[in-house]
Amino acid sequence: MRWRLLALLAWPAMAMAQEAPPGASTCLGCHASTRTDAAIPSLRGRDPADVAEAMRAFREGRRPATLMDRLAKGFSEEESQAIAAWIVR
Amino acid sequence: MKLTRRALPMLLAAPALAQAVPKVVVIGGGFGGTSCARALQGHGIAVTLVEARETYTSCPFSNAVIAGLRPISTLRFGYEGLRRAGITVVHGTATGVAGREVVLGDGTRLPFDRLVVSPGITLRFDALPGYSEAASETLPHAWQAGAQTELLARQLNAMEDGGTVIMTVPENPYRCPPGPYERASLIAYFLKTRKPRSKLLVLDAKDAFSKQRLFEAAWAALYPGILEYVPLSGGGKVTGVDVGARRVTTDFGDHDGAVINVIPPQRAGDLARVLAVADRSLWCPIDPESFESRLVPGVHVIGDAAIAGAMPKSAFAANAQGRVCAAAVAALLRGTPVQTPRLLNTCYSLVAPGYGISIAGVYRPANGLLTDVPGAGGTSPLNAPPTTREAEAHYAEDWFQTITTDAFG
Ligand SMILES: Cc1cc2nc3c(=O)[nH]c(=O)nc-3n(C[C@H](O)[C@H](O)[C@H](O)COP(=O)(O)OP(=O)(O)OC[C@H]3O[C@@H](n4cnc5c(N)ncnc54)[C@H](O)[C@@H]3O)c2cc1C
Ligand code: HEC
Repeated sequence: MRWRLLALLAWPAMAMAQEAPPGASTCLGCHASTRTDAAIPSLRGRDPADVAEAMRAFREGRRPATLMDRLAKGFSEEESQAIAAWIVR
Repeated sequence: MKLTRRALPMLLAAPALAQAVPKVVVIGGGFGGTSCARALQGHGIAVTLVEARETYTSCPFSNAVIAGLRPISTLRFGYEGLRRAGITVVHGTATGVAGREVVLGDGTRLPFDRLVVSPGITLRFDALPGYSEAASETLPHAWQAGAQTELLARQLNAMEDGGTVIMTVPENPYRCPPGPYERASLIAYFLKTRKPRSKLLVLDAKDAFSKQRLFEAAWAALYPGILEYVPLSGGGKVTGVDVGARRVTTDFGDHDGAVINVIPPQRAGDLARVLAVADRSLWCPIDPESFESRLVPGVHVIGDAAIAGAMPKSAFAANAQGRVCAAAVAALLRGTPVQTPRLLNTCYSLVAPGYGISIAGVYRPANGLLTDVPGAGGTSPLNAPPTTREAEAHYAEDWFQTITTDAFG
């Protein structure tokens, strides 16, 4: 009840806080933020600079991958950095 | 309540923006609808999910059930997890919309500010002479998972060694482009290991298909003499079926099968027709930025039912669209601009246990449709070592765990 009331007080602000940069929300389809036993690791709590560097390395073919090289090529450096900053939260 | 906890400082800081919590109804508790409902809930919206059935059976990994590689119980999910997350789940069939209210079969009315529908597909039993819903009790489609999946598995099990299994595959578009070829691979695996004198004949109404080179290379290596693939140009288009005789007809001749799996042509789920969100193609045109129907404002269509351009009809895509659509709906309700989205898709297929392949894509709106981002996506390499195939089979399983946890909790 209390949570509902709070949400009621300030709905738009709450929504703003959630906005993910383009592409970022779909990463969670594989990188679960809640599973801890996953083979595809959670990215929550990582250093965003490390995630951005991994994306750069996948994009440039410098890091071995079964799949991430193909996905990382869909994002520029700036886009990857924005995703990295969001996905580690 | 993770999201609420995180948003708390913002909440307390902004009482001046007070406004009633908007209501969104989501119809369809499959991969698209559940993902969207959860994401909407995360945006602080009051969500009601309407789903006809109390238990959902996943199509992803149902081909493994058909081949006896996993029990169907691992594909079943309930809606308790969504309820625990604070989503109101109503079991019933949506029969229409009156003004800003969804009407259910029992007369219940559910008010909404915006409506999201993810009704999946309806099989076009009328599109193949001789086939019908009744005929599917003898010649299963198994393209909506559940009893049909179990029926096909039982028929394969009961078949005498030396029998011919036939699969018929429709033209595009249909749910899960690589699905029929994954199924062909796993049925061939079943025959090779359990009934080695049997054969599988795949009759396809087209000449090209998803991950074709990878599938064909694997078939040549793993299933020579077992799996025979007949494309459209070779006489693969099935023009009719005879249920009593267990026979399929093509322009090039008839084929008799001990077990026949008919994958019929499809259209957007019935609800799309009722809500008038489907066009003459029988699928639903949408604005690729927001997934709002081009035909009915205020109604958003996601998942298999939508015309998503280059994005295939997959559970992965439905989940991705659910998240993006939720963000767009939240923005529209807030009166802020809708962000131009970027979406991903990945479809894994198993060609044998421990042998996985994938196709991936990255998509963005262009010219009113979702289009491929050039240079990104594509299939697994044609000449990868067995360790890569094994890793992909493993990741496929992991993805399934994650996506179903994400959808159903
Ligand atoms: C054999 C096979 C294998 C597959 N493998 C994969 C795979 O490996 N990976 C992948 O990504 N995808 C796969 N798919 C595709 C995937 O199953 C679909 O793309 C996905 O289910 C689409 O989700 P959806 O939400 O659009 O529809 P659905 O999941 O079909 O959900 C629709 C829901 O809406 C409900 N509903 C419909 N109308 C109403 C109404 N009027 N009122 C109330 N409820 C209603 C239905 O009961 C249903 O639960 C596979 C499909 C098949 C057939
Ligand atoms: C279809 C599943 C899938 C999706 C979607 C996906 N990933 Fe990955 N990710 C993987 C896999 C599998 C690996 C292991 C490397 C490989 O084999 O490609 C990985 C590895 C990574 C790693 C390295 C992690 C580590 O420490 O080893 C990062 C960082 C990463 N992904 C980021 C992302 C981002 C950002 C997105 C969204 C743009 C994303 N991934 C979307 C499957 C996925």
